[in-house]
This record gives sequence, C-alpha cells and structure tokens, in this order.
Amino acid sequence: MLEGLKNLCRKKSPWLMHFNTGSCNGCDIEIIDALTPRYDAERFGAVLKGSPRHADVMLVTGPVTKQVKPRLKRVHAQMPEPKAVIAVGNCAATGGVFKGCYSIENGVDNVIPVAAYVHGCPPKPEAILFGAVTALNALFGD
Amino acid sequence: MALKIPIGPQHPALKEPTNFSVELDGEEIVDAYVKPNYNHRGMERLAEEKTYPQVLVLYERICGICSQIHPQCFAQATEDALGIEVPERANYIRTIMCELERVHSHLLWAGVGAHELGFDTGLMYLWRDREAVMDILEMISGNRVNYKMNTIGGVRRDIDERKIPMLLEALDAYVPQVDLYANAFTKDPTLRARLEGSGILTRKEADELCVAGPTARASGRDVEVRRDDPYAAYEEVDFEVPVVDDGDIMARAVVRLLELYQSINILKQALKNIPEGPIQADIDEIPEGEGVGRIEAPRGEVIHYVRSDGSWYPERTKVRAPSYVNIPALIPMLIGDTVAEIPITVASIDPCWSCTARVAIVDTNKKTEKIMTFEEIRSHYG
Repeated sequence: MLEGLKNLCRKKSPWLMHFNTGSCNGCDIEIIDALTPRYDAERFGAVLKGSPRHADVMLVTGPVTKQVKPRLKRVHAQMPEPKAVIAVGNCAATGGVFKGCYSIENGVDNVIPVAAYVHGCPPKPEAILFGAVTALNALFGD
Repeated sequence: MALKIPIGPQHPALKEPTNFSVELDGEEIVDAYVKPNYNHRGMERLAEEKTYPQVLVLYERICGICSQIHPQCFAQATEDALGIEVPERANYIRTIMCELERVHSHLLWAGVGAHELGFDTGLMYLWRDREAVMDILEMISGNRVNYKMNTIGGVRRDIDERKIPMLLEALDAYVPQVDLYANAFTKDPTLRARLEGSGILTRKEADELCVAGPTARASGRDVEVRRDDPYAAYEEVDFEVPVVDDGDIMARAVVRLLELYQSINILKQALKNIPEGPIQADIDEIPEGEGVGRIEAPRGEVIHYVRSDGSWYPERTKVRAPSYVNIPALIPMLIGDTVAEIPITVASIDPCWSCTARVAIVDTNKKTEKIMTFEEIRSHYG
C-alpha cells in the first residue's frame, strides 16, 4: 500500500531535469515551452529542477556527443531511484540528421537506458507532454 | 590562493552544455576560463558527404533558434558560388522569415535573461507573448522550429495573400507588449540595480575581440550586415540600427528591445510591399566556384563559405557563427564582477553553444571536479 502511495505521488508530481547532449536547441526550447503559460505543465506538478539529485525524470535531447558521454553517465548515476529517462527528439532516439557524424554516439540508448522516446524534429510541446505522461504511466502504473 | 569554481557542463540555465571556471578572490572574479565544444558534432565533415539540398536540412539543425538564418546563409553562399539569381518575391519571404526569427529570438533571450535574474514572472510573460510569433511562423511555414523554407535559388513555400492582413494585425498587437517589456527593463529599480554597470565590455575591448551583433552595438561598435552589406530584400526597407555606448548588460538589453521595434517595422513594410512573381529560380548546371554568404542573425554576423567542384556535393563548407566571436568577450565582462553576476552576464551575450561547437578540437580534462550548476550558484549567491 505504501508503495502504491509512493507511486501515485511520483506520477502526479514528477520532477524533471533537462540535459542537453549536443542538441541544436530546438527540442530544448520546446521543453521550456511546455512549461511556460501556453502549455503550462507545472499545473500538473511537473517542475524543472537544476540538480539531478532532485529529479525523477531526465529529459535528454541531442545525439550524445563524445565529449558529453561521460558526463551523461555520471549525471544519470546521480539521480535517485526510481528514475526514468525520456529521449526527446529524433537525434536523442537515433542520432537523427547527425547520424554519421564522427563525434556522436547515435542516440541516448547507446549510453544509458531509455524509458520512452518522443519523435519529431523537434517534437511539439504537446508531444513532449504526451510522451512524459505515457512514460510515467508505464513506470508507475495506470 | 585564489578559489577556483568550475561551472557546468550540465547547467539548466542555458539549456546547453559548456564549462566555465572562474578564479575568485573573495567574492570578486579575478580570472575566467571558458571551455565550449561539448556540443561538437562534426557537421562540416558530414556536409561533405551530402548533396546541396541535404546540406540545407543538416545546417538547419546547426541551431534550433536560428533555423532560418543558417540554411538561408548556406543557400546565399551556394547561390553566390553557382551564380544563381534569386527571384524578388523569394527575397521578400526570406526577409520576413529572418525578422520573425529575430522577434522570437529576442523575446526568448529576454525571457532567459529575466530567469537568470530570478525574475521568473518576466520569463512567463515573455514566453507567453513569444507563442504569438511562433504561431505566425507556423502559419507561414507549417513548423514551429525547423521551418525548411529555404532551397537553393529561392524558398519552398509561398505566403498566401489572404494571410497577410492577419499577419499585420498580429504584428500590431505586439507593439504594446514590447512597450511593456521595454518599460519593465529600463524603469524597474530592481532590474536597473542588477543590470546597470555590470558585465562591462568597453569599446576598445569590443574592437579588439571583433564582437558582433547586439553585443557589439551595445558597446558602441556600429556593425550591422543588414545595412552594411544588404542581402535578401533589406535594401528596399527602411530601418534604423540602434547603437548604445554604455557597454553594460542594460545596454545589451536596450539594444535588443529597440531592435524588436525595428523588426516589427521591417516586417510591416515587407508584408505590404511584397511583389508578385516566382519563388524559385531554375538551376540548369552546377559550375565550379566559391561563394560567401553573410547574414545578420539575432546574435550577430553569420558567415557561410561554399566551394563547388561542379558536382552535386559541395567540396567544402565552412560556418562561422556569431557566438564564436562573442564568447571570448565574456572574459573581460566577468573579470571584476561578483559570482552573483555570472548567470546574467553569460546570458547577456545570448551565447549559442551549438552554433559554436563545430570545428575546434579541445583536449578534455577528465579529472573529477565538483560540478556546480547555475541553479546552485543562484541559490547560493543569487
């Protein structure tokens, strides 16, 4: 029962952290857009946090450059369990348009486990919100 | 012994990875180092394997904020290299897209700047109003961010005549909102106390570092590609170039806010005077040659270089983004200030790390250091 309550709280108020791993800024700005008045994800309790230690969900954008790869692993390790990673945008999913560049890892799932993918270049804020809701339902039950 | 604080590479304030370290004497910054290139993807190398239209798609993703500027600049460089004449109507549509992008970028910057000052109400208001220009961009191009409007020799989508009255109305509604923010930034005592006299870049330093865009014009350095080397339809519209001599963060805010008025002015003229005609030029052959494109992006001058060897693939392309020259200017700005001023000083040049981190190769220091995020700095010192 306690576990159910914990899951309910996590689902209702996910704290997000955003990590740019070499993205072009398109997805990053759409994520911030999802939190500002037009879409206002904060009314559902989703708050963007600065520190990985406070976050339940990490939104990763970008194709993961070689320079940022060790940092991504470390930041992911700093997040407390249970944690979820959502790959936002085509490059975070597969490398997207940058596939073939010599200094990228072709997607977040080559470095850390990913719970959900949101496609689009960049995905619209509605799609990001939908992706976050789907991932939370899958992780913490409907 | 000076205290050294590393900041980044993960910091939520600027939405992009980079690394700073500042040396402190008490509260005062005595030296600063900037290490970008966490965003280095190797796009110029990849561009050699792609055809011209494919490179347009790739270069649109140099930066998600300037996603009209970079492909247009590449298209201009290619048109210069291949000797293609762009139709007049396409030039007007490019001008309209550039200026819409400037409006959205400057509002975005002002919102991020307000957030760095701890003024989140400002962020919410500015980004709410930014949605209106995003709607206009979506109405014209079908996309909110990567518009894919450009092609070699013109644009891909026309602006429907029936939309023009709607667009003019939406632009008129912007002016009172810009007035509101101009008043808030220049009259509010708290914002003035934070912005005036901090992060100073003198005229001499600006000249030595060759800074570009609003960062230069806020230090009295009067450079503006739209006026000095007109491209697209800028020769046919009237506008002023705001220049301020103070060199502090307030000056950079004022320059950008004044540019918003000028952009709305240019947009109205371009929408009213847009000529009839085709929107794409015919391309018969690809000759050998080289070309350069110059554009005044919201952050400063963008330069693209293209060399053609007569095949479908560009032999060499080169991109210079404005943040590449503006980022070194952070060092004189930061020295002498306090730790609390770091976030807003960095934000004041509107740096775009994804534009910058393409070519340089930097030896990464993999030693573990205490990573301090901008959020933490703000809560400690802000």
